[in-house]
Amino acid sequence: MKKRWYDYLWIFSAVYLIIGFFNILFAWIGLLCFFIPLIISVAGGGKAYCNRYCGRGQLFSLLGGRFGLSRQKSPPKFLRRKWFRYAFLTFFFAMFFQMIWNTWLVFEGAQSLRQVVTLLWTFKLPWHWAYHGTSVSSWAVQFAFGFYGVMLTSTVLGIITMVTFKPRTWCVYCPMGTMTQLICKAKSGKIIKLRK
Amino acid sequence: MQATKKRKKYAVVFKDDCVACGCCAKVCPKSAITIASGIYAIVDDNKCIGCSKCATECPASVIEICEGCI
Repeated sequence: MKKRWYDYLWIFSAVYLIIGFFNILFAWIGLLCFFIPLIISVAGGGKAYCNRYCGRGQLFSLLGGRFGLSRQKSPPKFLRRKWFRYAFLTFFFAMFFQMIWNTWLVFEGAQSLRQVVTLLWTFKLPWHWAYHGTSVSSWAVQFAFGFYGVMLTSTVLGIITMVTFKPRTWCVYCPMGTMTQLICKAKSGKIIKLRK
Repeated sequence: MQATKKRKKYAVVFKDDCVACGCCAKVCPKSAITIASGIYAIVDDNKCIGCSKCATECPASVIEICEGCI
């Protein structure tokens, strides 16, 4: 099959993760992976992001498929159930807003900048080497640390499930995927109602 | 005609649990799978040759190969 330009977006995902080890401010770019899928599905493009442009999914299928780093076993059934996916989405968002809250506290001056990346919502990893002191205000730096933590956490979870189950097991419970699918469902429901 | 149709193998998607990730559509050698408005995967029975590549790829394991189940 002919390769398209978007088949190489896994490079973007890999570079994003690596660059975060050197300069945390680049973590802001990750917001693209957050807004583009939402914009596409709201604009009526369905799940084109998951289907074509998701660099992370491609990275997992490359590592797990081509490089054989996956056991290729079916994941447990609960992972694909709606209750689990919605619960994970809610939990992920709760953690996301907590991160925004921390950014806000730094913005307000109630909290000083903490140069840590929180992994799996628990482990606070020292990450000071990736921050070299810039003219950027400290809340923006705090957000970068926080957002990189979100991205790294989801990548680590994705890699764990990639190794234990199938390459793109992350896609089953990916909060962005769940969210875009919900948007698509809501939109199609609306269309059906309008037709009636 | 009925006999040949019965013997044909093809992929069946359990729509309720499909996450519409598109992994199946990507591996399908016949481009027989489409993601219907971002909600679930649909297999075109006429194009599907029952090679089971999609079933192997599906991370949610919601695709099964059916033989003669029309």
